[in-house]
Amino acid sequence: MLDSHRIKQDFPIFARKINGRPIVYLDSTATSLKPQAVIDKENEYYTQYTANIFRGIYTLSEEATAEYEAVRVKVAKFIGATNADEIIFTRNTTESINLVAAGIGKTLQIGDEVVTSVMEHHSNFVPWQQRAMRKGVSFRVWNGEDSLETIITRRTKVFAITAVSNVLGTINPIKEIVQKVKSINPQCLVVVDAAQAVPHMKVDVLDWGADFAAFSSHKMLGPTGVGVLWGKKEELEKLSPYQYGGEMITEVYVEKTLFKPPPYKFEAGTPNIAGVIGLGAAIDYLENLGMDAVRQHEKEITSYALASLKYLTIYGPEERCGVIAFTMKGVHAHDIAQVLDEDNICIRSGNHCAMPLHTHLGIPATARISFYIYTTKEDIDSLVEGLEKVKKKFL
Amino acid sequence: MDIYREIILDHYKHPRNFGHLDKPDVKVEEGNVTCGDRISIEIHFANHNERITINDIRFSAEGCAISQASASMLTGKVIGMKTEDVMKLRTDDILEMLGTTLTPSRIKCAMLSLEVLQKAIIQYGR
Repeated sequence: MLDSHRIKQDFPIFARKINGRPIVYLDSTATSLKPQAVIDKENEYYTQYTANIFRGIYTLSEEATAEYEAVRVKVAKFIGATNADEIIFTRNTTESINLVAAGIGKTLQIGDEVVTSVMEHHSNFVPWQQRAMRKGVSFRVWNGEDSLETIITRRTKVFAITAVSNVLGTINPIKEIVQKVKSINPQCLVVVDAAQAVPHMKVDVLDWGADFAAFSSHKMLGPTGVGVLWGKKEELEKLSPYQYGGEMITEVYVEKTLFKPPPYKFEAGTPNIAGVIGLGAAIDYLENLGMDAVRQHEKEITSYALASLKYLTIYGPEERCGVIAFTMKGVHAHDIAQVLDEDNICIRSGNHCAMPLHTHLGIPATARISFYIYTTKEDIDSLVEGLEKVKKKFL
Repeated sequence: MDIYREIILDHYKHPRNFGHLDKPDVKVEEGNVTCGDRISIEIHFANHNERITINDIRFSAEGCAISQASASMLTGKVIGMKTEDVMKLRTDDILEMLGTTLTPSRIKCAMLSLEVLQKAIIQYGR
């Protein structure tokens, strides 16, 4: 296991006490906490080389550009992509998926089908549903259980699937899924929501064989306001730009505009420069620990938590990522979260941006705990104690 | 301050005016989907010289302790009240009724029953 007690010392927020008590953070699926190294790196841009990128022929701008572009290379390597030009910086996973959905959406024709799964976060559900509705094409939802042959057809233009469920923790076998989809329809594009995968396990997008993958910096120790879209070069070239403006053009005339090649044609305007540079430090931090060690740590914490919470109704499979959604009979998830907050135990309650999944499960809301590299067994023990208080109060 | 005062837990565990009316004049059901709270309100009105009052009311719901207790206390409070006065109730009145302080995210839970009740009155007025 990772030495999470030592790791906690790298995260300044753990020095904070609320009502004299430390913070037990069990909501890393929503967003991760930030190590000092990331905060320092972001600050470095604001104090050492604040300048716009790609524009100035002066040292500050050259330095900022070099730092920004170095992160593109770092991200590519981190997810197993060989070409840094396949990495596009966006605002978050949602924007990454909307970028793809807008591009593919334009090419949809009557008779085409768009497929996603019931397990999706709204960010990989609603963009596809809305594009399909706008074009009047069929929108279908895979239940995650039936054979893919029952849902993917020769007319399926795109299959949007999450690598890891943000509620159930289910780890979908993306490689096998892509192989199956492509064997049914080689033309079907596969878009992977990797927001809960990239922060928590070794991801190799080329091994997956998918066409696009999206994830967020803020869930992997990095700053908020930065997302990543990876796409196969030939597919990125086919997509039309998502936004228009500065930096994404080569020549502009009154009657026409010529666009830069990917990734720049998708990065209109000044990006979140400091955020991207901060993401680089987050990747360094994770690589220093090793993604296999990160996964192993979360596995052990998850097993420990599952063993401690046996009396609750737990949703999702045994083998899972570091997220556990549960219900307690007779107590609403909000009330669980509220009572735990009295002891600074931070958990999530509600439908976690996955309403179709909750409808499918037939429950209005769940409580959810999730783990990361700084989660200790003592954090789980605090949760167990907190849940005893909940039971005393309500049952 | 403990949000879950004894009286709130009591209303949550033993909700008043819970259930259904025979042939209600109006029935409105609504949910706060992000919370997973859902409430249905049924009302019998009375008309005294053009003054419309709430003669009887029932609610059925699933949701958190705050939304349930709020619905239980509110339905008790409004029986016999003029609808025009019910329409004047605001967030502060609900918080005063609950006798607790709530964070913004929980105020939504507390307000759900009043929102549905006021919708029901508007619907009846049409």
